[in-house]
Amino acid sequence: MTTAVEVRDLKAWFGKTEALHGINMSVEARHATAVIGPSGCGKSTFIRCLNRMHETNPEAKAQGKVEVGGTDIYEMPAVDVRRRVGMVFQKPNPFPSMTIYDNVAAGLKLNGTRNRRTLDEVVEHSLQQAALWDEVKDVLKKKSGASLSGGQQQRLCIARALAVKPEVMLMDEPASALDPISTAKIEDLIFELKQKLTIVIVTHNMQQASRVAEFTGFFLMGNLIEFDKTEKIFTNPSDKRTEDYITGRFG
Amino acid sequence: MTRIRFHQELDELKHRILAMAGLAEQAVDLAVQAYSQRDAVLCERVLASEAGINRAEREVDEFAIDLLAMQQPMAIDLRFILAVIKINADLERVGDQAVNIVQRVMNMLELPPSELPVDIPAMATRVRAMVRDALRSFIEGDPEVAKHVLEADDEIDRMNHEAFAALSRYMQSQPDGAVQALDALSIARNLERVADHATNIAEDVIFWIRGADVRHGAGYSSAGS
Repeated sequence: MTTAVEVRDLKAWFGKTEALHGINMSVEARHATAVIGPSGCGKSTFIRCLNRMHETNPEAKAQGKVEVGGTDIYEMPAVDVRRRVGMVFQKPNPFPSMTIYDNVAAGLKLNGTRNRRTLDEVVEHSLQQAALWDEVKDVLKKKSGASLSGGQQQRLCIARALAVKPEVMLMDEPASALDPISTAKIEDLIFELKQKLTIVIVTHNMQQASRVAEFTGFFLMGNLIEFDKTEKIFTNPSDKRTEDYITGRFG
Repeated sequence: MTRIRFHQELDELKHRILAMAGLAEQAVDLAVQAYSQRDAVLCERVLASEAGINRAEREVDEFAIDLLAMQQPMAIDLRFILAVIKINADLERVGDQAVNIVQRVMNMLELPPSELPVDIPAMATRVRAMVRDALRSFIEGDPEVAKHVLEADDEIDRMNHEAFAALSRYMQSQPDGAVQALDALSIARNLERVADHATNIAEDVIFWIRGADVRHGAGYSSAGS
């Protein structure tokens, strides 16, 4: 087992409000880790700290150590962090005026890749990895990303994130706005992707967490209450608060 | 508190399996009474009760499966439903053992009473106490009571072995009483199996409350506190 992301005593604030109170977590490489908890528990803040998205809010700050592949992300340029740690959001957010092709190639172009053949190869490979290639290969440069269905848009966003070959993919409720078939495709995709990279997924859907993740962390009021193998969390959690949450006795 | 309806349904499931447990427990009580009193009417009552127990088993299973499918239970709720499904099967088998006992009693009623070297009522008293305690551990969700049931099973096994030895000797010395002795031997064996089902129920209660699998000699200490 290899640790992909090491989090030590991570605290985060919005203004003067402390949203995370010292989180410690070792995220296993090439596995999926689910982050669950009630609204406002700090789970989205937590994953946004893993690629320094949290600090894009001018009122926000973070303190503590987050290492990706052994390197402290606060010692690196933020743009490099976000290349190594990709992110997919709840609502698909393709660049609406760009074609499907340009959506996927955007990150590479931003990083200076101009070679057409390289771009073609990466776009195809990324779309294949995101299980979207077969559906869009004939309209790559004809249709805009915004013309796709919600589920296709989300997979396009995943392909866009994959194009820059991240080590870690953060997913913030990636299927909560999708129908069951699109959700199943995203979950299948997570299974494929974690062969090669590390997934951290925030989800309100506990069945989804139990289906896709090997490890699960339960957050409550800015604290990581319990972090363990998913089957342990969902069949016999150690902490009463975890049990009360997942059995619906509060939340 | 959320999922109020789901937790009401769990209470309903518990209520239903306890009703089923009442039927199975009563069947054993009547079967033992039928033996002690050599009462054919009681035998008939036990035989007639079997259909109700079987029907209750199916209803509890259907209700439990519906909850699994519709509510996707987690953690202690998941373990509770799994325990109920297993306890349900054990209770149905307890009912079967009661039927087996009265079938033997009905054989014995066709022969004159004889003094057999086995104290079936004493064994039955202990077995019924085990069943009662197993059900109490389930009602109260008390793994400590369940632990006592596991410990009591060794004593029933010992009594069964003693009954086997004594009745074997009796059959050798009194061949005329061999048929009655064989029936009594079967009844002792049936009671020992009822005790095994009580033990299974107690193990399921420990699994439900503590999430620990103590079957097949796995230590109770692994159940944590």
